[in-house]
Amino acid sequence: MKAAEAAKGNRSSSFFEFLYKYGTLITILFLIVFFSVMSDNFLSGSNILLILRSIAITTIIAIGLTVSLAVGGFDLSVGSTASVANALVISMFVWHGLNMGVGIAITIALCLVIGLVNAFLVIKFKVQDMLMTLATMFVFQGVALTYTRGATVSQNMIMPNGDFATGTIPKAFSYLGKETWIIVIMLLVVVSVHLFLNYTKHGRYMYMIGGNPEAAKLSGIPVSKYRLLAYLLSALFACVGGIVLGARVMSAEVNSGGSYLMEAVAAAFIGFSVLGAGKPNAFGTFVGAVLIGLLSNGLIMLSVPYYAMDIVKGSVLALALGITYYKRKH
Amino acid sequence: MADRTMSRLEMKDISIAFPGVQALSNVDFHTEAGRSHALIGANGAGKSTLMKVLSGAYSHYTGDIWIDGRKADIRSPKDAKDYGIQIVYQEVDTALIPYLSVGENIMLEHTVHGMRGKHFIGWSKLHREARAVLDRMNVSIPTRKLVQELTLAEKQMVLIARSVSMQCRYLVLDEPTAPLSGSETERLFRLVRLLKSEGVGIIFISHRLPELYEICDDITIMRDGKLVVRDEIARLEQQQIVEHMLGAKLEGQFPARERSAGEVAFEAEAISDGDKVRGVSIQVRKGEIVGLAGLVGAGKTELCRILFGAEPAFSGEIRLNGKRLKLGTPHDAVRSGIALVPEERRREGVFVDETVGANLTVASLGKYAGFASWLLSRKERAAAGDMIRSLGVKTPNQSARVRNLSGGNQQKIAIGKWLLADADVYIFDEPTKGVDVGAKRDIYELVAGLAAKGKCVVYASSELPEMMGITDRIYVMYDGRVMKELVTANTSEEEILLYSTGGVIR
Repeated sequence: MKAAEAAKGNRSSSFFEFLYKYGTLITILFLIVFFSVMSDNFLSGSNILLILRSIAITTIIAIGLTVSLAVGGFDLSVGSTASVANALVISMFVWHGLNMGVGIAITIALCLVIGLVNAFLVIKFKVQDMLMTLATMFVFQGVALTYTRGATVSQNMIMPNGDFATGTIPKAFSYLGKETWIIVIMLLVVVSVHLFLNYTKHGRYMYMIGGNPEAAKLSGIPVSKYRLLAYLLSALFACVGGIVLGARVMSAEVNSGGSYLMEAVAAAFIGFSVLGAGKPNAFGTFVGAVLIGLLSNGLIMLSVPYYAMDIVKGSVLALALGITYYKRKH
Repeated sequence: MADRTMSRLEMKDISIAFPGVQALSNVDFHTEAGRSHALIGANGAGKSTLMKVLSGAYSHYTGDIWIDGRKADIRSPKDAKDYGIQIVYQEVDTALIPYLSVGENIMLEHTVHGMRGKHFIGWSKLHREARAVLDRMNVSIPTRKLVQELTLAEKQMVLIARSVSMQCRYLVLDEPTAPLSGSETERLFRLVRLLKSEGVGIIFISHRLPELYEICDDITIMRDGKLVVRDEIARLEQQQIVEHMLGAKLEGQFPARERSAGEVAFEAEAISDGDKVRGVSIQVRKGEIVGLAGLVGAGKTELCRILFGAEPAFSGEIRLNGKRLKLGTPHDAVRSGIALVPEERRREGVFVDETVGANLTVASLGKYAGFASWLLSRKERAAAGDMIRSLGVKTPNQSARVRNLSGGNQQKIAIGKWLLADADVYIFDEPTKGVDVGAKRDIYELVAGLAAKGKCVVYASSELPEMMGITDRIYVMYDGRVMKELVTANTSEEEILLYSTGGVIR
């Protein structure tokens, strides 16, 4: 009797274990089958490329967030950082007429300063990461707005003094935002961060810090140094995301990166459970972004109105979080 | 508040068991109102358990509690309070709500239980009543101050005030003086005398023998969950109390060692942190095991952490092989060749969600990293595998999560990571806490093995048999200071305990 009950308990828990590990992947398969049955050209090559292109920016930004999550942090300012990068890189070309390499290099350098500021505030004042980066999220959003004076930066824009901007965006830069480059950049970011986190000493240390900061400190790991590194990487990838975004739209809209934050958070948290990792990981984040991208694309094809889209995305995130935290408790 | 007639509290034939431990067996205890009663015993003697039974923290004990000759069925904290039994636990912060005011904290029970049918709090009445309680205790803390702004001693006063604001015939104070300074202790004692004169029975748990003589009338000594002696305290010498606390000794579980200490390699001089450690100097020779003895709260853990760079704000000097070390973080200490096995294993020593292998190599990961810090997983797994075998860690494989291992095996891993890192100085802080007997012996052998290899070993423990069994020399700490340096071969548990409790041989 008792044994039977135990076996039953075991079975239900191993079923749950299975759901936890493969639930996201199964959902993706299910969605693919569902959408391809429901619409004719869902599985066409051009649509697959479209999906991958549409998730590229979210994925790159989400990977940065993933690194900050790995050390037990939470960089909420990634969206704002992407906005800053977007505004900076376009303005470098349009306002200052710089060439592509210099423009991008200056943008990255300035975004790393954002990472530095985040890390300094979080480490020195010992405020919870999420709260402090919530504050800096607003600050950097404001910085981007102030820098562009609240206007869209684009070629031939009207400058405050009434002239037209004379700089042009290099042709080569626009390729960064088109397939196949945008997809290559995304995959490069995912693979390199995956290797970094799982196969190098530094990645191992980051996970150790995320798992138990006190034990990590008492094991001789320089915890503050690695948290700084995590925030620098987070800002770096947010910056890459912002640059690619600029290349894609060839302009810098007001607060263009902000809308990527929530999707990035969703992708990273959905990624926790993929293949049973149980912690933030680059591959899982990619899978999470694919799931969200599939959903958006499929729902558009099924003519679900855009204003109802957030209901579905939010529900998927809620489900993923439910599974992750339910597992942690049991 | 207090019952003026001579009230009597008796606990008869109390037994209680927890999985794997018989915590109390047939304990009798009695005391009277208007007297203060010392309850004393070594770690794990069962004194806190007995008081928890009295205050209703457990419901599954056997035996009876009698108050004034009537049987009192105490099975919940509420029952105990209804009988006028109040307890102030050592960890005052767990019982207080830091962001509420002193008044609200004092009147908490009234607000929770005494508001039947009422929904609005009368603030002026609440503070007036709280003020009245504090005034009666001669304590001048503003009732509108937030509890989080109070000192520890003041928090304790607030808790006592909460107790006496209710019906309070017996007040249990669990190690109340451990965190207090001399003048704060004096203030507490004045309050205890005042309550006594009002007819409250005080039960006082403490490790500090001298102060027991100052404040207590009677004493009950416990050992291994049993009552040993009950008497008037004036009729016992400190030395006798210590002997009763210790009883017979366990032998034979410690490894035999060749004692061959080399020259002094690790030195700490005049270490202070301005709080828990006050001017401690120790020296450790190569191949020597030096014990840090002392009771809980004597400053051993704090000293260990300072020696490991985990508490950067300290004064004094730490030298290794004649070279002065600058220890700002544990990272610096590890690079200098110092290792610490911390007291709180699960929180500080291991990563419970990581694998056994990753836990073992964490302190020496650089050795298994190749170009671009790429981890050479075969090399890493081989090293972890060897360590698992040589430590005898019971784990299905090295990919198992540490969470699923027993306490003893987790501790072996916490030690093993430093064996792989190959330090010069090994500091152990209560390494056998919560570890089963078999694993204890393994840990003693590991420690002895390190010394045999010529390492410096610092061994902090409040277990006296360990001090006698494993160390060469002992520094006894009391109140953040080294009370006495003893050579293990020429001392006894009694002597260590005497110095640990602040006693002096007269």
